[in-house]
Amino acid sequence: MKQIADFTIVGREQLGEQYFTLTLQHPDKLGPIAAGQFVEVEVRNCREVMLRRPISIHDVDESKNRLTLLIQIVGKGTRKLSELEVGASLNLIFPLGHGFAVAGERPLLVGGGAGIAPLFHLAKCYKAKGVEPTILLGGRTKALIPVRDAFVEYGRVHYATEDGSLGEQGLVTQHSAFAGEYDHICTCGPTPMMKAVGRYAMEKGMDCEVSLENMMACGIGACLCCVCDTDEGHKCVCKEGPVFDVRKLTKWLEASK
Amino acid sequence: MAKLETKIHNIVLKNPVMTASGTFGYGEEFADFMDLSCLGGIIVKGTTGERRQGNPYPRMAETPAGMLNAVGLQNVGVETFCKAVYPRIKDIDTNILVNVSGSSIEEYCYVAEQVDALDNIPGIELNISCPNVKKGGMGFGTDPAMAAQVVKEVRKVYHKTLIVKLTPNVTSIVDIAKAVEQAGADSVSLINTLLGMAIDVERQRPYLSTITGGLSGPCVKPVAVRMVWQVAHAVQIPVVGLGGISCAADALEFLMAGAKAVQVGTANFLDPAVTVKIVDGLQDYCQRHGINDINEIIGII
Ligand SMILES: Cc1cc2nc3c(=O)[nH]c(=O)nc-3n(C[C@H](O)[C@H](O)[C@H](O)COP(=O)(O)OP(=O)(O)OC[C@H]3O[C@@H](n4cnc5c(N)ncnc54)[C@H](O)[C@@H]3O)c2cc1C
Ligand code: FES
Repeated sequence: MKQIADFTIVGREQLGEQYFTLTLQHPDKLGPIAAGQFVEVEVRNCREVMLRRPISIHDVDESKNRLTLLIQIVGKGTRKLSELEVGASLNLIFPLGHGFAVAGERPLLVGGGAGIAPLFHLAKCYKAKGVEPTILLGGRTKALIPVRDAFVEYGRVHYATEDGSLGEQGLVTQHSAFAGEYDHICTCGPTPMMKAVGRYAMEKGMDCEVSLENMMACGIGACLCCVCDTDEGHKCVCKEGPVFDVRKLTKWLEASK
Repeated sequence: MAKLETKIHNIVLKNPVMTASGTFGYGEEFADFMDLSCLGGIIVKGTTGERRQGNPYPRMAETPAGMLNAVGLQNVGVETFCKAVYPRIKDIDTNILVNVSGSSIEEYCYVAEQVDALDNIPGIELNISCPNVKKGGMGFGTDPAMAAQVVKEVRKVYHKTLIVKLTPNVTSIVDIAKAVEQAGADSVSLINTLLGMAIDVERQRPYLSTITGGLSGPCVKPVAVRMVWQVAHAVQIPVVGLGGISCAADALEFLMAGAKAVQVGTANFLDPAVTVKIVDGLQDYCQRHGINDINEIIGII
């Protein structure tokens, strides 16, 4: 069941210049949260921001009723959120959307930039099923990757940077770990990256889920602003997504943008 | 407790708070957050003759204290609405009205006729702001004669409460309101979104795939209150006010300006339970001001 609640910020960590995490304490019970689901965050006291901002659920601590968000500062709303301190309250609507299936025996998780966020909770969910995923994280340069050391507890972690400042040099799709034997791929990150990964999976006939980041207003399927042009027509990324099976996105995969 | 009940033609509302079409889905999307039976009414998504995909993404842009949308009437079509959606929502204990849209008079009439047969839909809101495909894309709602013609034809096939939703993108909204009143409308609702546009200067292109779109949110409220006040003084039929309402005080402005009921739109996106708070706020206001019946303050300005 979806809920709206005031959380308290109990932890904040800066990850390089662009990224930060907020750990949030729920006033009562979180309820079940699937990997890939997201929250709609209210941005208070910001004259330029009216709409909530969709942010993936990065980590969940069920025993303490806490969740963590990993946020990249890209504009007005995320900058305002970055100024919040421990003790402040934050209003969220959650858990939203349709998450990852957590399927396959040899999964590969491919993340880029802020798209790394949902893969942490996802890796944990795989681990809980006794499956160790391969995790491949990429970015232009080291500073643009939110490095979360704790990833290694849940899978084999590899990095790819275009300038070689972290891990192998090149794109994630050029990384030596990318061509390994997998039966399921999950990806979240910049659109060109997700399309390259999706096309590769289609060619190989592999199961692949992508998590889209369309602009949203309501986050609950009411405004129809966030649609993706899927093979079954316009679907709300906030409700039918954000995670889609690439087989339903052949039109999207082919589109140049 | 003050009496909050109001009436729009034959429809009795337990309170004047309704939700605006296109901002509240079919109501179901909000059931986790609030008790839908607290509402005076729900106006479901714009419904057309056939299923529509709407406009290409991107079709939303945030603007100061508001947002532009160009969803373009994406909906399942009236047949699927009647067969699949109506059975799911018909027993919600509130007034469920259907926003009827179309691109031709025949389409409006077809949709209205189908909805007329649904027992638990006591009225429709005729959305005459859509472009008239036959007459070169001009909106039916921007010309008094054309607006009157659609209403007249729909009136012939629709027998329950007929509310006509007016566009503010006209020189004189009062002229349109009078024309649809004469043509047989039971009520008018206003305002639909204001035509607007926003440009992403970094990418040097418009934010919306359609270039222009409809502006809604707190930024349009003063324009909406003004228009409601003008129309309420010019017609005899009840007026339903909307445009940027996000709290009880906003709703009260519309009521005092002459609206018998209000619709909450964009604010549902910011707080899915906002309508309940508005209903509570109206009750609270009445108590603070010693008002026994909300109708005492309707149209006092
Ligand atoms: C389901 C979902 C999950 C997301 N998860 C995360 C997450 O875990 N961590 C994270 O940092 N970000 C995430 N995002 C992206 C995040 O929502 C945007 O970065 C944020 O809304 C930008 O707000 P702003 O006010 O800072 O930017 P604005 O000032 O509104 O815009 C600044 C720039 O950001 C771009 N932008 C705006 N909205 C989005 C968007 N939705 N996606 C991509 N770019 C956008 C604009 O085009 C503009 O160029 C997610 C988005 C979705 C839809
Ligand atoms: S954001 Fe409103 S429907 Fe998806």
